[in-house]
Amino acid sequence: MHIQIEYYLILSAFMFIVGVVGVLTRRNAIVVFMSIELMLNSANLTMVAFSSYLGNAVGQLFVFFVMAVAAAEAAVGLAIIIALFRNKLTINIDELNILKW
Amino acid sequence: MELSINYILNELNFIKPELVISISIVLIVFTDLIFDKRKQILPVISLISLLITGYFVIEQFGMNTFAIAPAGSKGMLAVDPFGAFFKMVVLFASFIIILFSINSSEIKLSSDRHGEYYTLIFGMILGMLFVISAADLILIYISLELLSLSSYVLAGFTKQSLRNSEASLKYLIYGGVSSGIMLFGISIIYGITGSTNLYEINSLIQAPQLPNITFILASILIFTGIGFKISAAPFHFWTPDVYEGAPIPITAYLSIASKAAGFALLIRFVKVTFIQSINTEGYWQLLNIIDWKTFVVLISILSMTLGNFAALWQNNLKRLLAYSSIAHAGYLLLGLAVLSNQGLLAIIIYFAIYAFMNLGAFLIVMLIANKTGSEDMDDYNGLGFTSPLLSVSLAIFFISLTGLPPTAGFIAKLYLFIALIDAEMITVAVIALLNTVVSLYYYVRVLKHLYLVKAEPDTPIIGVSALNTVLILMLLIPTLVFGIYFTPIVDFAKVSVSLLGF
Repeated sequence: MHIQIEYYLILSAFMFIVGVVGVLTRRNAIVVFMSIELMLNSANLTMVAFSSYLGNAVGQLFVFFVMAVAAAEAAVGLAIIIALFRNKLTINIDELNILKW
Repeated sequence: MELSINYILNELNFIKPELVISISIVLIVFTDLIFDKRKQILPVISLISLLITGYFVIEQFGMNTFAIAPAGSKGMLAVDPFGAFFKMVVLFASFIIILFSINSSEIKLSSDRHGEYYTLIFGMILGMLFVISAADLILIYISLELLSLSSYVLAGFTKQSLRNSEASLKYLIYGGVSSGIMLFGISIIYGITGSTNLYEINSLIQAPQLPNITFILASILIFTGIGFKISAAPFHFWTPDVYEGAPIPITAYLSIASKAAGFALLIRFVKVTFIQSINTEGYWQLLNIIDWKTFVVLISILSMTLGNFAALWQNNLKRLLAYSSIAHAGYLLLGLAVLSNQGLLAIIIYFAIYAFMNLGAFLIVMLIANKTGSEDMDDYNGLGFTSPLLSVSLAIFFISLTGLPPTAGFIAKLYLFIALIDAEMITVAVIALLNTVVSLYYYVRVLKHLYLVKAEPDTPIIGVSALNTVLILMLLIPTLVFGIYFTPIVDFAKVSVSLLGF
């Protein structure tokens, strides 16, 4: 069965919104980070869907790059979260309040 | 496509600066491993390789071509004088920053990790050089991420301090979100046009049956990612926190180099993607898809006003400079809003001068913080009497940042206002002028602390080493000289306005 492109786009838009809402509402740095990954993956899904729809391989190629970048970002992000946890013993972003106004 | 070895070697000619930087990264890593005990070699290697890179960048002023072009399509990179200028700004800032780092007591604390420090700096440089000449959305995204990931780590480099790791995490979260939003925009643009190359997208969207509203949305999503890098107003929330928390050399670096790369990318993105034609007076006729003029004017007025007014009640010098850097992003965006080659000229002149004065201001703040251990304004009380060189220099840099004659900052603002008035954007020019008046207040407030408060017996006397004196003069003399004799900088800028294809 052939699935039309609209469904992919709606799914990826939904994933993107879930990611944005997650970033805005969640307080745990790791969950915020997972939401960011969700945003990247929704872009990946859009890219793959368009790539197959247009019959053009550039989109799929881009997705490989994005996955590599997302992995690097996760590594850097977790390292930074650990560095913060060692200093403050919490990763709740509401308690990050030394730097303000 | 014929992928002969000659073809590859020929294409490599166009990315010589990037190649030198890549080789230096490897060299620094290995030097750090082999000469484990002698960390002082690392800055020397870095400075030498920056000079070599600079030589190859100067070569690029004569080039105007695509590089890494697969057969039958436009290239991934556009090598042109415009890019070469911004690469020079980045390299100049990197050169100064490495000299900063040698002196910074914050960086000295973690001397066993100096190898990583210089590697990450060079990672940032590589990302910026690619971002400046990238003409393909894939390359834009990847090089922007290379730049961002290195700077997240550098912002938290002295990881023992809480302020540092907090800044780093905030930078990472804001950066991750904005790059995610930008990526989503890129994916939509790819879906609409079927291409990722800016030049190809430009020729594809000339057709009128384009889904207009989607394209506008996608462009704004991409603008979000770039706006984050240049710290323009609705995307500026990270700036004060990261600037305050990061080590001072890194803060200075973010405020010049990262912003220069962001602006080069923004100008290339807007001009190349949306242009229809350029008239004889140098005004750009953009495609009737998105009203960039109104949009950029709104963003820039918001940045200026918010940056200047929030800076009024800051007591931390780094935070004050962060808000001032948001305000300066607003001024610089006005040069883009004019949508003409004259506006571009104004941006280039502004950047050339801004690099000197802003790095200078950060240098003085760093030297004072090295001694007193804080950037609080109350610690500056009476320093004008005990440390005259530093205070006079700081005064000159701040006057230049305000834009008063006879300093170079005046020339920068002058060209910007000329471009605005030529384009008959008088209202905007008046708003920018009023903002400059507001900014005078907070810059002068620092001078008040320096000179109008009597020196107490415990006011520190801050000695300046010979190297630092040279460094201060290197930044101070151009700030003064270009204020009076600015023909060379204008001539240089006139060479640099030419973007590939236009």
